Amino acid sequence: MREHGHATHLAWGWLAAALALGAAPVVGAEPAGAGLPPLRWAADAEGGAPYIFNNPKDVNQYIGFEVDLARLLENELGRRIEFHQYAFKSLVAGLKRGDFDFAMNGLEITPDRLKAILFSRPYYIYSLQLVARADEQRFHSLAECPKAGVVVGTLEDTAAERLLDQMKIPKKIYDSQVEPYKDLGIGRIDAVLLDLPIAVYYARPDPKLKFVGPTVGEGYYAIGFRKDRRELAEQFDAALLRLAQRGDLRRVYEKWGIWNKDQEKLAQGEQINDVLRESGRLWTLGVYFPMLLDGARETIRITFCGMLLAMAIGLPVALGRLYGPLPVRAMATIYVEFFRGIPVLLLLYFLYYGLPEIAATWELRFSLRLGPIQAAVLGFGLNYAAYEAEIYRAGIRSIPVGQWEAAASLGMSRLLTFRRIILPQAVRVILPPMTNDLVALFKDTSVVSVIAVVELTKQYQILAKSSLKYLEIGLATAALYLIMSVPLGHLSRYLEKRWGRGT
Amino acid sequence: MNESLPVVIDNLGKRFGPRVVLDGVSLAVAAHETVAIIGPSGGGKSTLLRCVNGLAGFDQGQIRVGPYTLGPGTNHQRASGVRHVRRLLGMIFQDFQLFPHLTALENVIEAPLHVLKQPRAQARRRGLELLARVGLADRAEAHPRELSGGQKQRVAIARALAMDPRGLLCDEITSALDPELKSEVLTVLEALKRDGLTLLVVTHEMGFARRAADRVVVLDEGRIIEDGPPGQVLDHPQMPRTQRFLSQVLA
Repeated sequence: MREHGHATHLAWGWLAAALALGAAPVVGAEPAGAGLPPLRWAADAEGGAPYIFNNPKDVNQYIGFEVDLARLLENELGRRIEFHQYAFKSLVAGLKRGDFDFAMNGLEITPDRLKAILFSRPYYIYSLQLVARADEQRFHSLAECPKAGVVVGTLEDTAAERLLDQMKIPKKIYDSQVEPYKDLGIGRIDAVLLDLPIAVYYARPDPKLKFVGPTVGEGYYAIGFRKDRRELAEQFDAALLRLAQRGDLRRVYEKWGIWNKDQEKLAQGEQINDVLRESGRLWTLGVYFPMLLDGARETIRITFCGMLLAMAIGLPVALGRLYGPLPVRAMATIYVEFFRGIPVLLLLYFLYYGLPEIAATWELRFSLRLGPIQAAVLGFGLNYAAYEAEIYRAGIRSIPVGQWEAAASLGMSRLLTFRRIILPQAVRVILPPMTNDLVALFKDTSVVSVIAVVELTKQYQILAKSSLKYLEIGLATAALYLIMSVPLGHLSRYLEKRWGRGT
Repeated sequence: MNESLPVVIDNLGKRFGPRVVLDGVSLAVAAHETVAIIGPSGGGKSTLLRCVNGLAGFDQGQIRVGPYTLGPGTNHQRASGVRHVRRLLGMIFQDFQLFPHLTALENVIEAPLHVLKQPRAQARRRGLELLARVGLADRAEAHPRELSGGQKQRVAIARALAMDPRGLLCDEITSALDPELKSEVLTVLEALKRDGLTLLVVTHEMGFARRAADRVVVLDEGRIIEDGPPGQVLDHPQMPRTQRFLSQVLA
């Protein structure tokens, strides 16, 4: 990142000149852009503070430095700006689709995005802040991290992630900016590297955490436009430059506590140049496919371990429901109803984020801190066990009572009868629907990205966002899913045909 | 008791809710005796056999099989007497109830292997003998779905014999069979009688009752209304209800 900063100064000079000539008359002549429809601004309020978020005092209202900035731009452009909620991950795709006029949401200028969309001049120059637990002694800067062998959390597809990759520091990728600090607090990871505004807002107030070392790297938040909206982009450029030179930006940033010396460059009339673009990697099949395979391996692991666990828990639950005394029967029924009735996503959140909190609240001697894979396998195991229990139960009940009687008349005990006569027959009824569930579970595993597991779907999201090849990599991902799930489906139908005949 | 197995049913009573199924049934069966139980359906014949075998409980009276006694109560399956009684009396069902996942031979040796803990070689040898005895030596490796009804029922008989019972309880064992298949099963049964097994046979086959039974018992509305040698019961019934029943069956 640093070297880009130096290399770009030359180019910024003439761009600034071009802007000064081209941009000034556009806005100056039209005081009120009257008659034009409002500009549609997309951002993700879920992304959080301090960019744009729900006002805790009035949740129907949005606040944040980008909201303030949007108001300044409204005045400057003489046009109303309308906020539209849009998933951060899809902002670039949404721009390309033409769902809105511009995206302003801490969107960094990256080589890959430059290929896809147009950026305004930066409105904020951010750096990255390393945060660790207050009692951390093993490292005192990002540079010491590789030696200390620590794991650093960050958000995916950010400058921070790329910097960690460059320095070969083990990383853990999160979806939103709250979770990494949470995991840091409970010790799942050793540090968090994120944009300074995020650190200022989420980590600084937390007494358990501390800032480590100076800020590193440098990146630019800019407003994104569709490629063919160059004229609009130039209006924004001129407006932003005026806001910076008049000190309006500084006032906003000081209000939100994110002003620093770096921001002085914003008023220098410089422009980011295209050097960034050249460093863009070419995402070919050979580059992304091995990464997809890594994701697929994780998907398979979670699927099979989860299913084995579900089958192991499901059998005693089914037997409890069928043959247990009343209290056991009731407990087994509650188990089935409970785990069938709650979304697996909620269960995963609880196991991964909730359990450690319980341990902390009750001051248990053990931490209850599950790894992401463990939490995923346990979550799916518990959830699917409810379904498998019902499949076992239906399978066992499908065996006529006469079989029990015939075995009893031969002097066989109930346990022996179950093991030797009932179960072997029930398996033929049980296996086809169970194989079906295996296919379902296989696809359900795509939700585990919420607990920081990078499986096939998550890997796809990451790659697609980095490369903007949503379609191509999407097709490759779908092909991988199909290669695995179609044979399983056939196995299920084969078993049904082979064993469905019964006596 | 080695050679003698008296089955004594004493004042047996059983009801399903308000409905009286068995209403004070008393019946003594001597060793080696063959008793045919006939009567209209719903008269309690099958229930009586299931009580003797402990598959059904009863509300009053008692059943003695050799030295073992079964008393009233619904938890019969668990009473230790039941296990002994089942060792002495095998049971054959109307719908065969072979184990469909096992071959004919495996059906026969399942209980000897896992209940009697016989060595596999010995159980197999004996199983093949028994299959030969019911005329199925060449079907040992067939699965039940590959057998005809008559063959299935003969495997079921071999399976019961494998536990070396003193007697058999036969619950309408030819009712599910086509007429031409009934005789192959009844022939086996007659051979077993000659070998000295005690047989309690619930049946609608009057020909078999006349030919093979030492005694014929008529069970109607939960009561024994007629009991005597086949010639007497079948040809000179005393009760009008028996006469009506016989005229319907023989018509």
